[in-house]
Amino acid sequence: MRTAILGARVIDPSSNLDQVVDLFIDGGKLVAIGQTPVGFVAEKIINAQGLVAAPGLVDLSVALREPGYSRKGSIASETLAAAAGGVTSLCCPPFTKPVLDTPAVAELILDRAREAGHTKVFPIGALSKDLAGEQLAELVALRDAGCVAFGDGLDTFRSTRTLRRALEYAATFDLTVIFHSQDHDLAEGGLAHEGATASFLGLAGIPETAETVALARDLLLVEQSGVRAHFSQLTSARGAQQIAEAQARGLPVTADVALYQLILTDEALSDFSSLYHVQPPLRTRADRDGLRAAVKSGVISAIASHHQPHERDAKLAPFGATEPGISSVQLLLPLAMSLVEDGLLDLPTLLARLSSGPAQALRLPAGRLSVGTAADLLLFDPQASTLAGESWHSKGANCPFIGHCLPGAVRYTLVDGRISYQA
Amino acid sequence: MTPMDAKRPLQLNDQGQLRHFLSLDGLPRELLTEILDTADSFLEVGARSVKKVPLLRGKTVCNVFFENSTRTRTTFELAAQRLSADVITLNVSTSSTSKGETLFDTLRNLEAMAADIFVVRHADSGAAHFIAEHVCPNLAIINGGDGRHAHPTQGMLDMLTIRRHKGGFEKLSVAIVGDILHSRVARSNMLALKTLGCPDIRVIAPKTLLPVGIEQYGVTVYSDLAAGLKDVDVVIMLRLQRERMTGGLLPSEGEFYRLFGLTEQRLALAKPDALVMHPGPINRGVEIESAVADGPQSVILNQVTYGIAVRMAVLSMAMSGQNAQRQLNQEAEESN
Amino acid sequence: MNLPNPAELLPQMAAALIGHLNQRQISEPRFIGIRTGGVWVAQALLEALGNPAPLGILDVSFYRDDFTQSGLHPQVQPSELPFEVEGQHLVLIDDVLMSGRTIRAALNELFDYGRPASVTLVCLLDLNAHELPIRPDVVGASLSLAAGQRVKLSGPTPLTLELQMLANRE
Repeated sequence: MRTAILGARVIDPSSNLDQVVDLFIDGGKLVAIGQTPVGFVAEKIINAQGLVAAPGLVDLSVALREPGYSRKGSIASETLAAAAGGVTSLCCPPFTKPVLDTPAVAELILDRAREAGHTKVFPIGALSKDLAGEQLAELVALRDAGCVAFGDGLDTFRSTRTLRRALEYAATFDLTVIFHSQDHDLAEGGLAHEGATASFLGLAGIPETAETVALARDLLLVEQSGVRAHFSQLTSARGAQQIAEAQARGLPVTADVALYQLILTDEALSDFSSLYHVQPPLRTRADRDGLRAAVKSGVISAIASHHQPHERDAKLAPFGATEPGISSVQLLLPLAMSLVEDGLLDLPTLLARLSSGPAQALRLPAGRLSVGTAADLLLFDPQASTLAGESWHSKGANCPFIGHCLPGAVRYTLVDGRISYQA
Repeated sequence: MTPMDAKRPLQLNDQGQLRHFLSLDGLPRELLTEILDTADSFLEVGARSVKKVPLLRGKTVCNVFFENSTRTRTTFELAAQRLSADVITLNVSTSSTSKGETLFDTLRNLEAMAADIFVVRHADSGAAHFIAEHVCPNLAIINGGDGRHAHPTQGMLDMLTIRRHKGGFEKLSVAIVGDILHSRVARSNMLALKTLGCPDIRVIAPKTLLPVGIEQYGVTVYSDLAAGLKDVDVVIMLRLQRERMTGGLLPSEGEFYRLFGLTEQRLALAKPDALVMHPGPINRGVEIESAVADGPQSVILNQVTYGIAVRMAVLSMAMSGQNAQRQLNQEAEESN
Repeated sequence: MNLPNPAELLPQMAAALIGHLNQRQISEPRFIGIRTGGVWVAQALLEALGNPAPLGILDVSFYRDDFTQSGLHPQVQPSELPFEVEGQHLVLIDDVLMSGRTIRAALNELFDYGRPASVTLVCLLDLNAHELPIRPDVVGASLSLAAGQRVKLSGPTPLTLELQMLANRE
């Protein structure tokens, strides 16, 4: 359908565009920015005065929970929640049942995502079979089935030697490996950041060194193997520093952080609320400030939701017996806008961290608004606000921000020129 | 930086009276003193021939112990019986959880039995808070120990012991020795001593047995027992569990005893009339020498008696606070 | 209304008590005052009698019948009875007798200490507002108050009675 979007402030971070200008879509692609193309008759006109048009957000970590965890979520429900949050492309992790270590599972996910039609889905495949950390998964077959990167999550290879070989194998085929650096032994049994709050509450701690020790090892192995590496879910200022030092040495690594890590600290745990039980854990104010600085400077070039929906029972128990995770993809835009409201980032930089940054990290065909690219767009009102929780699409209500009034409101999300979400 | 005040609203009713007893943090000094004063009265009851008062007659106290304990359980049973309450004890061991029933459902079922007070002991820190918040907001919940977090009745009975033998807290020097890291008793004691105005609270342990950020309790840390015990008025020894030897926390019980065990020789470094306390059960020859445990300065057995009185105080105050809140709610409804 | 002066009531109460005890041939009664006002009256009475006998102190907080409505009294203190109750003749002393519920609580508590041979009740004032069948054996004075009025004893020396108005409640 030929669509014209009129009068929006168009921000495209990768081309430094920030201008009030009209957009024209035809055949699912952006055909013109500014000048109406000759002979263009719009079948649909969106009056976007007062709105910001940006590349559709690219979220590198959204658990869809399908196949295998239907009580927690489905591809249909979670991609809709993502579209409501301004997302047009997302990556889902391999922690499904069965694990995403065979092409069949990747195909199933892609089929269901296409059927639902709310966002584009780029699956992340398991690095090892069954995520067991012993045998390599069939990475090339998975790539051919649509996987864009590979990782095992927090519980990675126990043997450093096996990990090194996995990285070298991936490097052979120019495949990206995603690291969630955490030392298994230092983190074992831990529920919260090992600090004053956890000690006071009597919760077993995960020390900062669980992240920094693993990061040191992983960065050196990345250097040795030459594999493309993306470090996901950083939690500590020290960890961000290690990434910065590696980048300064010329290592082409990228990193992301969960949006809630830029907002919350371990102090949120003070009344044992399981809504704040996440892995890896929330750390101190100093860590949050360090992560925010790294996002501002671009050392961390991507912000992800780290969306993990859960059924009610999973959070309805004493802290140590609950499952970790926050369901928040539907709030990705408005929650991220609080970083602009706080004065940490300007709007174009924020949008870069949410679109072009993540897309470049995993080399995804997304995160750009230029003539000829797919019309994956977000239109939002920066002056309006979102009441979190009103019309909630995710199956998981485990979100501590529900009830909060957040800055900015998504008005339209378009995927390939078609409206996938409208407020 | 201590996350204190968040707990106060949950434990107290609109008039600042106790309605649950979950942890000592956030409770004002006056309230802790009231608990001690009330416990003193109940001690007198324990000295009569009829050791009962009719305060909780017709009420039901349900002891729900998810973690085994003989000592705490029997003292709570005795305390409830001496208040003339009906008492049920449920040892909800892992068998019901292995049937797949969640803690939430187990308690909902118990709630339906119309109990008035639940005393709960659980292995997860924060369990008592979870229960008070989600399952039984209108029943009084007494924390009988949750994970490593708190054992508030033990804290108060230790304070009662100190007050009865030493008079007050303002000029005292108290040392807590042993596995602070895993101890809910230590955490409750440190909070209670601080609130009651003790100016010199010492913890003595190797680094592996100290929690990160222990300074937030306002205590001084010692790793040398001799230095830490010098001139103290009270020594509280903590139990060392066998499991601590695995995982690299300690090399052996023998080395622990050589460095941190309370022997007569070491006790002599404290004041001559210093109290020796222990929450029990004691490990003779591991944290304490028999001669000291059975010696003239030991008040370990008295602690048990004080424990009944403190638990009677807490049960009656919590019942009283719940009743008062019910009254307030009713009056608020009627005036609407 | 004129409230009596307790100092003037005590001598006649002492005399009445002696008469009452003689009549029943009670030679060594145990004296017990109900905290707090009853203890003051008891001390004054013992002085008036010239009797050096030890005074027992009874705190009835744990036996009151209004726990469900009013909760635990914030200033509970231990009872102190320096003698056996079993088989003894007791003289129970309180300041103001109104509904009788305090005396009922005191009797219940005393019986948990043992089985007394008898209990003689002495009150400084009887307000004729009985809700239970409890009457004093020896009384200083009888009064009737208007609705909303209360009487309060202050002490220990001098003992004085004051009239108070209850705060209006809707």
